[in-house]
Amino acid sequence: MSGHTVPADISDHMLDLDEDEDLEVYSKNTTLADGGTMPNSPGSMVNQYQLEEDEEDHQDVKTKDIFVCVDNPESHITAIETFITYRVVTKTSRSEFDSSEYEVHRRYQDFVWLRSRLEENYPTLIVHPLPEKFVMKGMVERFNDDFIETRRKALHRFLNKICEHPVLSYSQHFKAFLTAQDLGPYKKQGPGFLSRMGETMRAVAISVRGLRTKPEEFTVMQEYIDHFSTKICSVDKVTQRIIKEQKEYMDELKQYSPSYLQWAELEEELAEPLKGVGNCIERCSKETEDQIQHLSEVLLPTLHEYVLCADTLKAVMRRRDNIQAEYEVKNEALVSRRVEQEGLQEEVEDLAGRVEQANSALRGDWTLWRNVMRTDLKSAFVSAADRNVEYYEKCLAVWESFLLSQRGESVEQTDWEHGS
Amino acid sequence: MADSGSSEEVAVICNTDITSAESENNIINTMVERGTVLLRKMEISVAEADKRTGKNTVNMQETYTVYLIETRPAESVPEGGTPAAPDTLWRRYSEFELLRTYLLVTYPYIIIPPLPEKRAEFVWHKLSADNLDPDFVERRRVGLENFLLRVASHPVLSNDKIVFLFLTEVDSRLKSLSAMLRVKNPDKRFMGLKHYSDELNTIILQLLRVRARVADRVYGVYKVHGNYGRVFSEWSAIEKEMGDGLQSAGHHMDTYAAAIDDILEEEEHYADQLKEYLFYTDSVRSVCRKHELIQYELEMAAQDLTYKKQQKEELATGAVRIFSLKGMTSKLFGQESQEQREGRIAALEQSIQEGEEAIKEKDAECQEFVQKAWTDIERFKEQKDKDLREALISYAIMQISMCKKGIQVWSNAKECFNKM
Repeated sequence: MSGHTVPADISDHMLDLDEDEDLEVYSKNTTLADGGTMPNSPGSMVNQYQLEEDEEDHQDVKTKDIFVCVDNPESHITAIETFITYRVVTKTSRSEFDSSEYEVHRRYQDFVWLRSRLEENYPTLIVHPLPEKFVMKGMVERFNDDFIETRRKALHRFLNKICEHPVLSYSQHFKAFLTAQDLGPYKKQGPGFLSRMGETMRAVAISVRGLRTKPEEFTVMQEYIDHFSTKICSVDKVTQRIIKEQKEYMDELKQYSPSYLQWAELEEELAEPLKGVGNCIERCSKETEDQIQHLSEVLLPTLHEYVLCADTLKAVMRRRDNIQAEYEVKNEALVSRRVEQEGLQEEVEDLAGRVEQANSALRGDWTLWRNVMRTDLKSAFVSAADRNVEYYEKCLAVWESFLLSQRGESVEQTDWEHGS
Repeated sequence: MADSGSSEEVAVICNTDITSAESENNIINTMVERGTVLLRKMEISVAEADKRTGKNTVNMQETYTVYLIETRPAESVPEGGTPAAPDTLWRRYSEFELLRTYLLVTYPYIIIPPLPEKRAEFVWHKLSADNLDPDFVERRRVGLENFLLRVASHPVLSNDKIVFLFLTEVDSRLKSLSAMLRVKNPDKRFMGLKHYSDELNTIILQLLRVRARVADRVYGVYKVHGNYGRVFSEWSAIEKEMGDGLQSAGHHMDTYAAAIDDILEEEEHYADQLKEYLFYTDSVRSVCRKHELIQYELEMAAQDLTYKKQQKEELATGAVRIFSLKGMTSKLFGQESQEQREGRIAALEQSIQEGEEAIKEKDAECQEFVQKAWTDIERFKEQKDKDLREALISYAIMQISMCKKGIQVWSNAKECFNKM
């Protein structure tokens, strides 16, 4: 089961298993070693990440029990603004959901809300990025068809990444996002703007102070993230440049083939081979056009998402560092003051626990993320390479058939197979 | 006879005006100091160049350069006054060519000054080496000015009315003259050939230009992929499982980027084959022009003969059918004696006989020329069709080779990506 489509029959099958407590657990959470209850709180998440890394292969085969689809962009015009909503269809067999199918309509703002709540509740988990709010270069209008389609696909990927996450997919906010007809009430909950601001300011103050001792593993992680960020940005840029060069190449090709056809009009004997060459070039330019499209629709968006991921990773590291810093500040105070020992002691212990949780969560999710990243990028590159092979194969066929027509019946195999 | 300013007729072969003053004129600087009547009257220069756009013979939009011809009265500046504003008009290169052709035909015994080269060498990696390159335009401007000064300082050519009109009147009558200069009964085959040759020239030129631009673009596409090689290599250093796959894929990207050099090198041979036939069109046109010249001479000789015959008849019968100066003077100043008249008739008869012989010779020459020329033209056509067809086939083979290399590189890269 690939889990990439929404197979109605499978979810029926799943419903049957629901009745059997043991099987249900097994089939939904193959990554759980203890077969315990659904993780509901950050605390219980810690257990999940005691797993070995070789479990990561199983995740591909993990039974997916929740499928989300984002489609149907629609334009809405009000007195104040114009915006696009997307239809979000959910099919699931999970018991937390009252029904097995849901359909809601969400706008980009709602996705932003969801993501920020996820980051708040799981500060050291790696939440997949959203497509950007604006596209600066190219002066793309917000309501341009291509832009909307690109965004829709990215939003679809975003939600599915969450579905595939063993922890995030059980988030209450995620459930609300998928099921509530009106998100309004949910949006009013949670830390308000001011408290969030306060937290940010404390975080800045703490990060300025610096950490006492950063665990080696996270230093290594930070280094990796910094390098990865640079490299993925470079690959993204190179790919964009390739697309640009391909487009210019294609434009010139479009002027090239008419020249042969015009010449053919002057000639008699020579007209046929000239037309032949002109047609070959025309068909190759069409193939180039298709190939450019594939690059733009498959490789580039994936690379771009991982560019955004790099920023997410940096933010996660910062949050982890802040949690540690917060603990260290209070711990220092405890060690030095000795006055309000009782209350402070408890607080420090609590914070220490938080640090442990945060580190564990990150550790586990890091492995998960590395693996998903590898899979995604590998798949994108393989697809791009494959498409290039296809491009050249098609062009080859075009030219070979021309050659055949010129050589006539006495096809001289040796000439072109030996060729260069 | 020296002053051509009042002459209304186009100079024809029969009238040979020899300016009494000069006979040698070799140094550019002294050309102006020389005093042909024309140069005594005016200063000539080609002051500027500018760009225009329009449609050419094969109905394609083209940009071309026009040159500003400035003429000023050569009198010295009046005291305390500013120099008079020059008369100006714009002409393009092809108009200079038309003038030169006129001079070639009209003064076949004169060594007509050459024009600067018609077009720049076009090399694919030097984008600016075309007719619109500012350096080339500047060199041409100087060359055209030089040409005009040579003509203006030539003892015979400077007296030509058409030259004067070329310098001073927008409508120099050159175009309509060219029609007149053409033979009265042109050989249709030669006309067709000349037309074909002109069109072939234009189209091959255009094709070569576009091909060079295409080559430039495809070069860009391949070379940019080299960046993948570098970035993948750097990236592979921080990755564990992905490292090897990335690194080896990177090597293949380098191979891909390097492949384009040989590919384009080979394509230059193809371009050279086309260039050869581009230059051939000049030779073809040259043959056509020679035929035109012979035909023209024949027609002029026949015309001359007719004139002489009429003169003789006129003298013999006394009837004045042709208005001539001689006729007028004899009417005004008294008849000539019978002796004188008979003398002149005899002289004319002699001349007529010589003329008839000359025409017979010329006619035979012309026929032989046509026969030989046409044999060679047929041979040339066959050769051209064969050669160019082979060239197109070899071009197809090059494209096939390029596709095969592409398939190989990207298949290898795909394998490497699969190992990520």
